[in-house]
Amino acid sequence: MESLWLILSDPNTRWVLAACVLLGLSSGVLGCFALLRKHSLLGDAFAHAALPGICIAFMLVGSKSITLFLIGAVVAGLLAAACIQAITRYSRIKEDTALGLVLSVFFGFGIVLLTKIQQSANGNQSGLDSFLFGKAASLVGTDVKVMMGVAAVLLFVCWLFFKEFKLLSFDPGFGRGLGLPMGLFNALLMLLIVLAVVIGLQAVGVVLMAAMLIIPALAARYWTERLDRMIVLAGLFGALSGAAGTLVSSLTYNMPTGPVIVLCATALFLLSLIVAPQRGLAVKGMRRIKLRSRIAEENLLQSLYDLAEKDLLAGRLRPGIGYRIAQLIERRPTAPKAALRTLRRLHRDGLVKRVGAAQGLETRWMLTDKGGELAYELTLHQRMWEIFNMYEGVLGSFKWDGRQGGLAEQLPPEVLQEVDRLLDAHELKPRLTFAGGGRA
Amino acid sequence: MSYELWVILTGALVASSCSFIGCWLILRRMAMLGDAISHTALPGIVIAFLISHSLDSWAMLIGAAVFGLLTTFLVQTLHQSGVQSDAAIGVTFTSLFAVGVVLVSVYARDVHIDLAHVLYGEIAYVPWNQLVVGGVELGPRAVWMVGGTFLLSLAVIGLLYKEFKITSFDPALAAALGLPVTLLHYILMTLVSMTTVSAFESVGAILVVAMLIVPGATAYLLTDRLGIMLGMSCIIGIVTAVIGYYAAVLLNASIAGAMTTTAGTLFLLAFLFSPSHGVVMKWRAKRRLAN
Amino acid sequence: MEHPVTVENLTVAYHQKPVLREVEFSVPKGKLIGIVGPNGAGKSTLIKSILGLIPRASGEVQIFGKPYKQERRRIGYVPQRESVDWDFPTSALDVVLMGRYGHIGWFRRPSSKDKALAMSALEKVGMADYADRQISQLSGGQQQRVFLARALAQDAEIYFMDEPFVGVDAATEKAIIALLTELKHQGKTVLVVHHDLQTVTEYFDWVLLLNIRLIEFGPTEEVFTAENLQKTYGGRLSLLQESGNLSAFKA
Repeated sequence: MESLWLILSDPNTRWVLAACVLLGLSSGVLGCFALLRKHSLLGDAFAHAALPGICIAFMLVGSKSITLFLIGAVVAGLLAAACIQAITRYSRIKEDTALGLVLSVFFGFGIVLLTKIQQSANGNQSGLDSFLFGKAASLVGTDVKVMMGVAAVLLFVCWLFFKEFKLLSFDPGFGRGLGLPMGLFNALLMLLIVLAVVIGLQAVGVVLMAAMLIIPALAARYWTERLDRMIVLAGLFGALSGAAGTLVSSLTYNMPTGPVIVLCATALFLLSLIVAPQRGLAVKGMRRIKLRSRIAEENLLQSLYDLAEKDLLAGRLRPGIGYRIAQLIERRPTAPKAALRTLRRLHRDGLVKRVGAAQGLETRWMLTDKGGELAYELTLHQRMWEIFNMYEGVLGSFKWDGRQGGLAEQLPPEVLQEVDRLLDAHELKPRLTFAGGGRA
Repeated sequence: MSYELWVILTGALVASSCSFIGCWLILRRMAMLGDAISHTALPGIVIAFLISHSLDSWAMLIGAAVFGLLTTFLVQTLHQSGVQSDAAIGVTFTSLFAVGVVLVSVYARDVHIDLAHVLYGEIAYVPWNQLVVGGVELGPRAVWMVGGTFLLSLAVIGLLYKEFKITSFDPALAAALGLPVTLLHYILMTLVSMTTVSAFESVGAILVVAMLIVPGATAYLLTDRLGIMLGMSCIIGIVTAVIGYYAAVLLNASIAGAMTTTAGTLFLLAFLFSPSHGVVMKWRAKRRLAN
Repeated sequence: MEHPVTVENLTVAYHQKPVLREVEFSVPKGKLIGIVGPNGAGKSTLIKSILGLIPRASGEVQIFGKPYKQERRRIGYVPQRESVDWDFPTSALDVVLMGRYGHIGWFRRPSSKDKALAMSALEKVGMADYADRQISQLSGGQQQRVFLARALAQDAEIYFMDEPFVGVDAATEKAIIALLTELKHQGKTVLVVHHDLQTVTEYFDWVLLLNIRLIEFGPTEEVFTAENLQKTYGGRLSLLQESGNLSAFKA
């Protein structure tokens, strides 16, 4: 802890810290739009393409100036974007190839320029090397002030055009239909992404810059379904990784800042990937296991229902009639042992009961009133879907959310009535009702 | 053989082996996966070095191949768990590359890997590192490495040519015919990682990507036959290496950088003037039709 | 005599929405069978899950009474045309040759006999003149014919075709039907996912009506009735009738 304060008391470290937090923040925010536009790797292309731009800026001026570097990188980045677009539009080459092609050719050209610069007299003081792998420690006060300015502009523009960018990421065709100049907004977004990339270059370097655009945004995606919250979270994650990375690397001997920042972001991503509610792998895995046992349960309930309904329609249904596992399996094949386990679970929950004295696989089972009610609902649900497929218009704009309970509860009353009528008309209505039973 | 010829030979071998395997990446829309694999060779090399304590080429080849497969596997796993494919590639390769850079920094005293060379290589040093067997100099190590992996990919793809072709064109039919589509994918990616790492020390990660993608893309604009595309990409690669070398000598600049720039220029020419797919030719054909 | 295809209790689930539920049927030999049903009924899913291209939640598929994997070679498949990249650098003949790959086996090259077979398949679909054409230079209908020729080259006994009539010209549609009829006369079994209700009675001997579950399966004249269509299509049927799509169909 003490050494942390010691480090923070150094003004230079404070500048570096501020720079890394800023770069995390701005690339996190912009990364959200890039991710949703499926343009994640574009940041990678921009970062590589910036190299020749920066080199040319240096050659023209002959000294290191962050403002000129910014301009050079932006021009090169936009040129790269234009090349990618031209190649995919005017030839049979697909986007991924165009991306890799532009990225590597621009970078190769940059390397040629870099070697030329290094041969010249003042080449060694150029500090251009730090752009390859990033050298956060080489950042000075003036650099950071420029970065602050750019970051502030970026965030302001994002805030200003939030709903246009949202539309652009979600449904550009619709935006065009509204008469919005989507092409212009796309260009503006590209420009902002290039700027975010350029801010970060000096701190994390060419190769790892793409990570800052992708990873915080991707991590944020796991926690929310809303774009505004996702943006705030991504900015937060980015800033957090920037801060943590700077501190860890300044506390450890010979530890480069850029990669550590990236690894902090990766750790946040992995954490989100696993533990996030709703979308996290842990929850998903648990849900899958539950779903599997629920499907097994539902299948058995429906089989019991089918058999009883069949007997009802044939006039054979007497109180206390039960069915053996062999009969159930005949309707929906599973392993007998698994079926027995599931039936015991259903029994525990009071959904089925035993009839007669036979044990094990020979036991006869029947639905309790509670189980019958549930089986009725399940059968109804499935047959309703058939109706929806037959009558596309019935549902209208209604979207069923499986997590929010049964289909019947969520349907608007007039739709429910109509579905009910259609079920009757097609003789699909489940016939067997139980005490308290279905919605007839 | 003179110094100059060895450098050109190395460049030509790197270019043709990369573009041969790169054609498949282009046709399968996996160019960026190639980019990713060429970056994740770094941690593979470092870890292989830390385990074997030698800069032996075989250890590195295995290390990089393992990491290439790991990259492929992680990308696929992330994609299957719901991450969109471009982001899955981005997360995987940057994270693994960051691990590589951190390892190089931590073990800086033990690992003699120059990070700048990882990015853009140093083909000019290749002839100094000779393969010596029984006291006889057999030529640069790099030539043997690159040549060896090139022969391996030629053999594997030659044997499984029609299988690779059908899984690239119509994976659904391939699966319906009972071909192991996933296994073939991993075989191809193993070849990509081995090709990448063998080319790595002479041209560096980014320029490996250029050689993987650019000559293949150029050939793709010049022909409509897979076999011809494969052969033509190798020839374009060799031409690129030769022109690139002399351009570098003329300009006194990075050889690998000059080769990439040459590759880009050749692509631009094909993009504009290819008889069947060039922009200018298509435009002229359209104008003739209009008249 | 074994049935060419037997499907038992086939269920495919995607999240909570049922896609296919407990589909069971046995296909008779030498019939031309249309798989018909509304959008979202699971027609393509049925074919793909039979071929093992998408995982099944439950169910068994038997080909001539044996597990699917053993009898793969007796099956031909024509995927939807949009499922591949037509910019792929290859010729029409080459695509047709791919149909032979299942027979050629690992490592070996297509022989001159395979090439002759592929060429005669192209002739049968009237595309012999286009054998050397790059595939992106073909029209939609021609591409579909190439796909069909590829299925012929597979020399299968059972064919699965996913919407072969979508986006083709009238001439191609006629050529495809002629070909399907010829296949039938050779004793082969063909299952076709089909959209156009108007042509069902004309094209198919048997019909499989599908809407998540199997509604009806049987000879067209018995199964393709107003009552069954009402069961399958419900409200969409009147729309189809109004648009003249069903004018050929007398209720």
